[in-house]
Amino acid sequence: MTTTTNRILRFVWPVVPALLAVLVVTLLLILVSDNPPRVTYEALWTGSFGTPERTFSTLAFWVPLLLCATGLLVTYTAGLWNIGVEGQMIMGSIAASAIALRVALPNPGLPGWIIVPLELMAAAAGGALWAALAAMLKTRGGVHEIFGGVALNSLAIIATNYLISGPWQPPEGGTFRGTVPFPARALLPLLGETRFSPLSLALALLALGLVVLTLRGTTWGLRLKALGKNLRSAFLLGVSSEREAVTAMMFCGALAGLAGAVRVLSWFDSLRQSISGGIGFLAILIVLLAAQRPLWTLIIALIFSALLTGGTVVQLRTQLHSAISGIIQGMLVLTTLLFGDYRRLFRWSPGTEAREVPHD
Amino acid sequence: MRVELIDIHKHFGPVRANDGISLTFEPGRIYALLGENGAGKSTLMKVLSGYQAPTSGTIKLDNKPVVFTSPIDALRCGIGMLYQDPADFPPLHVVENHLLAYNDHFTLEFAVARDTLREYASRFGFSIDPQAYVDSLTLGERQQMELLRLLALGADLLILDEPTTGISAEQKEILFATMRRLAHEEQKTIVLVSHKLEEVQELCDEVAVLRRGKLVGGRDLPCPTAELVRLMFGEELSRTERQASEVGNTVLSVRDATFGSYRLTVEHVNLELREGEVLGLAGLEGSGQRELLQACAGLLPLHRGQVWLDGAPLQGKRSPFSWLPWLALLAFMALSLRAIIQRLTGQIGTLEMVGGVIVSALVGGTIWLIGGILITWTSESAYHTFQKRGGAYVPAGRLEEGLVPGLTLTEHMALVTPNPRFMVDWDRARASISERIERYNVVGRPDSRVEELSGGNQQRAMLALLQSPLRLALLEHPTRGLDVTSANWIWELFQKRRQEGTAIMFMSADLDELLERSDRIAVFSGGVMSRVLHASEASVEELGHLIGGQQA
Repeated sequence: MTTTTNRILRFVWPVVPALLAVLVVTLLLILVSDNPPRVTYEALWTGSFGTPERTFSTLAFWVPLLLCATGLLVTYTAGLWNIGVEGQMIMGSIAASAIALRVALPNPGLPGWIIVPLELMAAAAGGALWAALAAMLKTRGGVHEIFGGVALNSLAIIATNYLISGPWQPPEGGTFRGTVPFPARALLPLLGETRFSPLSLALALLALGLVVLTLRGTTWGLRLKALGKNLRSAFLLGVSSEREAVTAMMFCGALAGLAGAVRVLSWFDSLRQSISGGIGFLAILIVLLAAQRPLWTLIIALIFSALLTGGTVVQLRTQLHSAISGIIQGMLVLTTLLFGDYRRLFRWSPGTEAREVPHD
Repeated sequence: MRVELIDIHKHFGPVRANDGISLTFEPGRIYALLGENGAGKSTLMKVLSGYQAPTSGTIKLDNKPVVFTSPIDALRCGIGMLYQDPADFPPLHVVENHLLAYNDHFTLEFAVARDTLREYASRFGFSIDPQAYVDSLTLGERQQMELLRLLALGADLLILDEPTTGISAEQKEILFATMRRLAHEEQKTIVLVSHKLEEVQELCDEVAVLRRGKLVGGRDLPCPTAELVRLMFGEELSRTERQASEVGNTVLSVRDATFGSYRLTVEHVNLELREGEVLGLAGLEGSGQRELLQACAGLLPLHRGQVWLDGAPLQGKRSPFSWLPWLALLAFMALSLRAIIQRLTGQIGTLEMVGGVIVSALVGGTIWLIGGILITWTSESAYHTFQKRGGAYVPAGRLEEGLVPGLTLTEHMALVTPNPRFMVDWDRARASISERIERYNVVGRPDSRVEELSGGNQQRAMLALLQSPLRLALLEHPTRGLDVTSANWIWELFQKRRQEGTAIMFMSADLDELLERSDRIAVFSGGVMSRVLHASEASVEELGHLIGGQQA
């Protein structure tokens, strides 16, 4: 294969698994649904981008997803499996809620431009510290970050439940599983009646740009790259593996914490039980599918967010359960894993020498 | 079995590793394949052993053309290759390792395998315990084991890739005797890939010489060594003369140091190394030389004693926050004690006491966490301190320890630049690596990823990344995989560093190199360091005795 064909193929190929996924899902729809598949897809489109409100809803869901995925780009580069991103996000929302409830609520005089940055900083710090805990467990305690992350995720959920049913329980108590709504000046500035905050989107895009720049151009980014590819060599070449691992985890944790703040300060208006909505795990999937490419991370995150937002309208219009978005997502993941690497597909010969170079 | 290679081409992109090579191997003879690094020896043998397919060309066995799809396929046809790095399974027993390739029944036939192994081993005078673990064997024994496996599977043509690297003198004798017997009595064909001329002269009947992917000639052996050298390099080489160098202040001093890993402990080492001095470390692989180099680099903690670099002990930088974890513990204890006392004096209930202890654990934990982060950010490992103080350590594993696969040469350069700025200065890194690529004759571009380079070029790249000036260079096999010309050039560059005052300590398996390049030599045998010899007064024989553990 010539290099130009190769380049074009590499650019165009990601469409193939997507088409395959759509094909399989369409087939499924024909089999199980009474409506033609077109109705379902139309509902999906209307549900995600059909009206301005739906579009803003999709965007509002996209922002925290993007923030988490952006953070994960950093840890993946460093070779760290930060499964704890979900917990870091929850800790971020708890920290933001703490400021909203303990600082904003008792001081009606404080304006929004003081409270909101305070909340965001607290959220970033909360996420970063939670991530640092996973990192310290790894570097000092020898606990792999996957196991530490899973444990800390559970702890974060327990902490939320404790706070909601304990110290932060609303005075009226009872049915409502969440804290009292935060005052409007403690929330991110929202666009009209929607749950979308343009400020948060700007923040997420800024973070992504910053991360791209960091990984491409800074010494720290280069060190992380080296660390992720070969820890031992990187150490012998002068990279402090412990320090960079802790810093990378904290960086990711801070962004996840911000995502958590976006959830409580714009999507909701209070700390809820299921504050994360599985966004952390979804972000892990997105970064894996995008193979750590920032642009694809952006695109796939948007697609996933649209699918999830559109699912509700599908349920209303057709009799299908909104889990259809989950099925489409799963199918996308499956086809990408199976057919995503065209080089592997086209290498028919049993030889192993395709990428080998003469030695000595 | 008569083996013919006809017009073999093997191209890797634009590189012609083999460019139309035709060779015939007759049964009952021992052949040598000579050539400098990158001449195409290994590639040709990988083609013959089925490891990779040729771009074009034919292989004929007894006049029948064959196409191999894998090494197993080739072995079924009677062609077996003994790789430089043993292709075995260290966690298995010798019998298990043998059965893995040999057994074609549903159940494992341990008894049969043991008998076969014993029979073959006694036939060739090998001593291998079938019940031993593979990783407890020496490299030579693993080689013998692999050889037995190939023979048991019916190999008629044996390819040996640099078989004498890293094995003892006795093992080498046994190996050579076995080769002679296999060829001259059992009519097998042996092909020896090597760049050690003496061994080729000693063992082989015929030699074929490759240069830049082409066959440049063949000779019946023995023939004058100078002739072979001329064929290999196109010119006769003169080895560089030993250059005396001014010896200055003490750079490295090891005092009564005891160190080691779970496998090997090296005890009571005392050493002094001065500016401009070269100390060579001899010994079989795994005798303690690597441990000494790593201990001097701060990579291996000392159980006893101290390493001094430029008059100051070598140790990592302690963090100014190292008291914070103690504060965390103190806070936890004080706060929980308060809660307990309050309970005992009846100020609070039991539930509140438990709550108080949990809160104090949270407070203590938070302090511990913040302390841990600060300590991680402000402390420095002993090895990185060693680097900052002008030390360098070049490990043996190129892609495992020395270089980062996936990164380009420029990225490596940027990575090792001292006092880096926040943003990488790519232009400076590129200029710097371009100049070094030229100086060290690395065949590669600044944008080449290191795994795309050949082994010898990776070696040169590692050396090219060394800082200048250097106080102390600790080198593991600095010229392994390099041909004589390249090795000479590398040592000339080290000579310049010596004149700048760099002290060098290196380990090597090549006794000639040790004798020629060192001022003094220390020999390791089973974790014991000999007295330090003066290289000018030492001989290969004397070193050989010391390596074998005999005091000369």
